Amino acid sequence: MDEFEPKIVAFVCNWCTYAGADLTGTSRIKYAPNVRIIRFPCTGRIDFMFILKAFARGADGIIVSGCHPNDCHYTSGNFHARRRWIVFRSLLDFLGIDVRRITFSWVSAAEGAKWADLVNQTTAEIRKLGPYTSYHKISKPEEEVIYG
Amino acid sequence: MARIGVFICHCGENIGETVDCTKLAEVTSRFPGVVKSVDYKYMCSEPGQTLIKEAIKGNRLTGVVVAACSPRMHESTFRKTCSEAGLNPFLCEIANLREHCSWVHEKSEEATNKAIDIVRALVEKVKLNEPLYPIKVPVTKTALVIGGGVAGIQAALDIANGGHKVILVEKNPSIGGHMSQLSETFPTLDCSQCILTPRMVELAQHPNITLYSYAELESLDGFIGNFKVKIRKKAKSIDENLCTGCGLCTTKCPVKKIPNEFDENLSYRKAIYVPFPQAVPNKPVIDRENCTYYLKGKCKICERFCPTQAIRFDQQDEIIEVEAGAIVLATGFDIKRADFFPEYGFGKYKDVIDGLQFERIASASGPTLGEIRRLSDGKIPKKVVFIACAGSRDPAKGIEYCSKICCMYTAKHAILYKHKIHDGQAYVFYMDIRAGGKNYDEFTRRAIEEEGAKYIRGRVSRIYERDGKLIVVGADTLMNARPVVIEADMVVLATAGVASPGSEELAQKLHVAYDQYKFFTEAHPKLRPVETNTAGIFLAGACQSIKDIPESVSQASGAAAKVCGLFSQNELTRDPLIAVVNRTAPPLYSTCVGCFLCQSVCPYQAIEKEEIKAKDGSVIKIIAKINPGLCQGCGSCVALCRTKSIDLLGYTNRQIYAEVDAILNTL
Repeated sequence: MDEFEPKIVAFVCNWCTYAGADLTGTSRIKYAPNVRIIRFPCTGRIDFMFILKAFARGADGIIVSGCHPNDCHYTSGNFHARRRWIVFRSLLDFLGIDVRRITFSWVSAAEGAKWADLVNQTTAEIRKLGPYTSYHKISKPEEEVIYG
Repeated sequence: MARIGVFICHCGENIGETVDCTKLAEVTSRFPGVVKSVDYKYMCSEPGQTLIKEAIKGNRLTGVVVAACSPRMHESTFRKTCSEAGLNPFLCEIANLREHCSWVHEKSEEATNKAIDIVRALVEKVKLNEPLYPIKVPVTKTALVIGGGVAGIQAALDIANGGHKVILVEKNPSIGGHMSQLSETFPTLDCSQCILTPRMVELAQHPNITLYSYAELESLDGFIGNFKVKIRKKAKSIDENLCTGCGLCTTKCPVKKIPNEFDENLSYRKAIYVPFPQAVPNKPVIDRENCTYYLKGKCKICERFCPTQAIRFDQQDEIIEVEAGAIVLATGFDIKRADFFPEYGFGKYKDVIDGLQFERIASASGPTLGEIRRLSDGKIPKKVVFIACAGSRDPAKGIEYCSKICCMYTAKHAILYKHKIHDGQAYVFYMDIRAGGKNYDEFTRRAIEEEGAKYIRGRVSRIYERDGKLIVVGADTLMNARPVVIEADMVVLATAGVASPGSEELAQKLHVAYDQYKFFTEAHPKLRPVETNTAGIFLAGACQSIKDIPESVSQASGAAAKVCGLFSQNELTRDPLIAVVNRTAPPLYSTCVGCFLCQSVCPYQAIEKEEIKAKDGSVIKIIAKINPGLCQGCGSCVALCRTKSIDLLGYTNRQIYAEVDAILNTL
């Protein structure tokens, strides 16, 4: 049987982590091909329903990454994201969702190598955890309505 | 019905080598809604852009996805292309195949599959894009320059001579920066102060320039064209309007033993002091940390002697609010000092000094009046060892970069030393001589060939004292690493240049990016070297990376040109990617319930209250309203909104859910 290839979605901010991932590319640092990036203006924009939607659609792991504390392009978006994540994590944990599948990180525009490490580590971690079938099973995409 | 065009760029081999572009074009052409899918060698080239334009017209496209390099690179290029073909520029999205795929993966099926997913996500997103129109904002034609070193001075003068108002903020009592401390400058051996002080005076007298010395940036709000700046004017304890700069106070002040920062702590100054004779402004400040009055509550000798009664012991820091349309950051650099080099006995042996201290010793206005003497016993040093790369290019010291200016100023030091002490011998330990620059290599050759400095390629392992001599132990790597021991009278370390203290805090106040060494980051290393990623904030000089004087001045003029370019417009256009509150038909009017939690997270105070009124003028409902002139589009309010009544144009909930869906469709 083929080795399990995790599906990971990364929600990143435009100013730090997206630019950091650009730098990874410019520096030609190779990393695991399991991650797909969605660009946001700021981590403060990330509604945690996006994460649940990604799990429901078949993601095995999620990365949320933005600017380091105090470095937010919009002053405070990353702090709101961090606070929301702390609350949301407890809630998810309470609901029985495996919070190890969500990695929250800070990667700056200068940290190309850190982005590669983050992707590789998260991929290895999720590979160990295996496919998130327990969540995929309970979510039925065809019955969901796209929320707008 | 969506009619989407997908344009896949090979970027020469950059993408084409790794991702199977033909297959990508074939697969994407079968995505629902895609009516045109082509690949081309260089999409950003003239024919590539023409191809896009013709497809937009020929296929009546309603959306475009360009699968190429990062949107941070060419988004504006391709949006302009679309615009020229009559398609609203915000109906164009960029799929990042190069930085996020082909450059980070080996040629493989996975890489092509990832590229397909990336394109699919953007195709689904662009289907939900709506035409948007740029927002126009007015421009305040005043520039703020932070830092009054040579870069700040140049930028301020250039902008002011361009006919615009400039506010210059300098944290020290005088402008001039490190350049005013230097004795001579390479490669011409011009006297540093002689070429700098006329500029300093010109700046102080310029009708377009307001100078705030002994002041720092307190806070910054707003955005390009419309920054709101608070400046903290630190209390100088004198009334500048009354002070004539006669200097009587400084001669009478009884506190004498305060290390003089301008002389790199090699001399003393008073508690009320002017940092150096040519200071601009040439008026004293009281150093409250060392003034007897502030420490013990009595003294006031300066006040007694002041002929114009200009001393103000009760003066407070003052916060000044100004508006600026652009900001030039010119906060310069610092060098590594004591304790960083225990192996060289730095801080332990008095005659081991750093480059700036040598500048002061060699300077006619310095503590020895230009005579090169040992600090320990005042004797003339007959053998001086210069050590280049002290700290620089040394991963063990945490500084991997080359400090760039040291090779040149070390050669200058060797020459200055030889000019002053004819029978002396200069030794230079170096790793490589990096003398790229006009007349630079000739200058280092001159130090070696004409001035007789002995250059030894190798590192110094340690320095210790014996019988009043400094024993320098090193190796000559051009002689099979033969050990070299020199009994020196003085050692000068060309210590690493580092970011100015407080750079990180300043970057955070201004929301500009900085690197791991706390140098400010330019928007693009090659093509936008004087801009930051924060629109309207520009860089000049060594705050970006260590630079010599000509480079700092060039960059300052570059930044000034950018500012003048910005100020040549009366209105700026901004991307309309802002938040909006939804509106629905009566009787609901909006799903917003008026909780105004959004107001609490908005960093720009962009959320206002809007009253919905009936025909008779009575208020039916109060809802949130976003001021498009203030909103910067961070989206914090969108994620927070409990009733999902706010959305962010360009990153709407529907668009992001569509991206999530598309990405996971086959991943």
